[in-house]
Formats: sequence, structure tokens, C-alpha cells
Amino acid sequence: MTPAIYRIDSRVEEFPGTCTVRISPESAGGARRCSAGQFNMLYAFGAGEVPISMSGLQGDGSYVHTIRIQGLVTRALHRLNEGDSLGVRGPFGCGWPMDKVAGRQLLVVAGGLGMAPLRPIVQALMAGSARPASVQLFYGARRPQEMLYAAEVEQWSRALKVVTTVDHADTGWPGQIGVITKPLGAASVDIENALVFLCGPEVMMRFCIQVLLAKGVATEAIYLSMERNMKCAIGHCGHCQWGPNFVCKDGPVFCYRDIRPWFDIRAL
Amino acid sequence: MRGIQQLLQQHALFQDLPEADLTLIGGCGENCVYNAGEYIARENAPADFFYVIREGRVAVETYMPNHGALCLQTLHDGDIFGWSWLFPPYRWTFDARALEKVRAVRLDGKCLRQKCEEDPRLGFELMKRFARIVTERLQATRLQLLDVYSSERPRTAETRQ
Repeated sequence: MTPAIYRIDSRVEEFPGTCTVRISPESAGGARRCSAGQFNMLYAFGAGEVPISMSGLQGDGSYVHTIRIQGLVTRALHRLNEGDSLGVRGPFGCGWPMDKVAGRQLLVVAGGLGMAPLRPIVQALMAGSARPASVQLFYGARRPQEMLYAAEVEQWSRALKVVTTVDHADTGWPGQIGVITKPLGAASVDIENALVFLCGPEVMMRFCIQVLLAKGVATEAIYLSMERNMKCAIGHCGHCQWGPNFVCKDGPVFCYRDIRPWFDIRAL
Repeated sequence: MRGIQQLLQQHALFQDLPEADLTLIGGCGENCVYNAGEYIARENAPADFFYVIREGRVAVETYMPNHGALCLQTLHDGDIFGWSWLFPPYRWTFDARALEKVRAVRLDGKCLRQKCEEDPRLGFELMKRFARIVTERLQATRLQLLDVYSSERPRTAETRQ
């Protein structure tokens, strides 16, 4: 429960108000191993602690996190520069079920900042691990200027089928203009073999699930990353209790089949 | 003619239509090509056609004074463009511009309208199929209006005051 002290090795401003940091521990030994979809509690001294997903592959004993200003703590974290210190607890939670990917038609569906927890998966796929039968990445954002990892997405599109769509843009934008549900609905899906990893604002995930179910994708083939008010991160405080689950401990990645009854309840 | 009919048959909008209907609709269609930058439809112009986009990207736009053209959405391979031919006053409500070379099947809505008037069964069938497209576009537009990726909370009637 005591945060370890980490230092910011590098910091990239993705777009105003959102940055990606690589952090490593001040003590020897490197960061603990993590899996895609897990999160850390990042502590800005004097401001507080927030859960932030892993947004990059850990290869050198460091963690990568993408932080968007949402409140006081994220604002304090966003203000930190290279060389500054922060506290870290983690990694916590259950990540994406990478053991199910082999031989499947993998659909990675990301909306806005939801690209961050999915990025380690795409990076792993690009590195040749998991061996799915095919991969399609659908990435929706508000505007082209608010797309995360733009250069990397461009690289991915040379190796994977990548569909990018934004809600607003001028016609100089080479991707699609419109909401993510449209290209998802138009996608060719092998319903027997499809596996979907979905992350984004809850309302976006709800509409994407409607599209996927209408296409005949099974509820057990859909995994999504949920966000709730996580405090202790180990299932003790109850802040993130959601039905019988604690999002911090049993999630944040859930199989839609398992959480469907709670997903459909308003204000839960 | 046979070619157009075959093309239409492969499209979800016309799937499972009786052969006779497809022949009739195919008789109102022709292949067309638009080069990048060319307008397919202009706001307020008579909407006598609708299009099955076979290949290419089309921007649906509106003109904003002191701003220029604003793209509302893009349409792609397999999309249908245009339903203004179905409803009075039969005029386009938006511009449509080819963003790259676009190949499409252009269907004569004016001619089809007449045929639908004469054959209400066909008219109702087409109306149901177009209603589905309209509903999907309406749902997408509502989702777009929600601005779900914004870091700000959606404005409600109370917060707007």
C-alpha cells in the first residue's frame, strides 16, 4: 500500500492536456512486471492518487502511462516534467485475455483515450506475439489533433487493418469522418471466431456492443475495460464496487457476458 | 443493364428483392464516375438521384458563411448516398463532394418514385429499406452530438442555462 518513488524518464505531450510519460523506479531492480490492461495508482505529491492504465509495453523495467487532465490530481501529474518524482502503487487488476487471442479474428476497438490501455496489445501484436488469425483496429477520436500516438498508428496501418474515424475534421483528413459504430458495423466479422477488445467512454462502448451483438458476435467474445472511482486498488475500500465486482480487483477488463446485467443498469 | 442489376443484387439495400423488382430498379440505374473535387450533389438543387457508392470517398458537407465547407461525415464503399428523392420538395439538403475518384451506381429517383406510386408494394419495400438507413444515420448523428470523447461532461438542460 505504500507508494514507491518513480522518476519521469521521458514525457511527450500528445496534444494539449494529454501527455505520455515513461517512468522508472528510483530504487534498483526495475518496475514489477505488468500485463496489458492493468493499471497503476499514480500519486502526485500533495495532490492525491489516481488510477492510470498501462499504455505501453514494459521492456526495460519502466512503465508507460498516458495522462489526460480531468481533475486536480491529473492536472498535477500532467504538470510534472522529465526528472520529477511521483509515487506509484501497482500494477493492479486483471488485464486483457491475451491467452485467447491465438487463431482468432481480433477486433481492437478504441475510442478517445481508450486507445491508451489497448496500445500495449497492438504493440505486442506488432512484435509478433499472440498470433491471431487476423487483426482489425478501429480507432475513433474527437478530432485528428486529439488522436493518441498518431505516428505509431500510421506505422501500424502498414501492417494491420486500421480504420480511423473522427467526429469532426476538415476534408484534408484522410480517415473517415463520423462515429466509430459505422465502420464497425460495416466490418466483415467471422462471428464464430471473432474476439473483441473494446475500450473507450462507456456510452461509446454501449453503442459498439449493440452493433457487435446485432452482427451476431457472442457476448463471451467481447471484452471491455471499465472505469470507476478506484481508491485502494485492492478491493478493500468498496469505492469501485460494481454489482458483485470490484473494478480494481476483478477488472478493469471484464468479459461482457459476465457483467452484462450490471452494464445495462443505469447509474450503477 | 444486367451489369447494374448484378451490382445492386450484391448490395444489402437490395438483398432478397424479387428478380422483377431488381430488373425494374436496375432499369433506372447507370454507372457513373466522379473525379476528386467534383460535386455529386449541391444543396437545394433538385434531388433526382441516389447513389450506391462502389468505390471511393464522398464528403457530405454544408457551407458555413465565413468558414467555408464543413464536412459532416464521409461515405465509403458500399454506402448509400441520398434519400431526398423520396420526400418533397425533392431537393438536396447538403452538398456531396468526391474526395477521390468515386465509382457509383446512380439511380434515377424520379423514375423510381413514379414506379413506386404505381406499385405500392415496391414503394413500401423500398421505403422500409431506406428508413433503416435513415435510422442508422440518425443514431450516428446523435452519437456524434454527444461528443463522447470530450473531457467535459455533456451539457444538460440545467447546465446550459
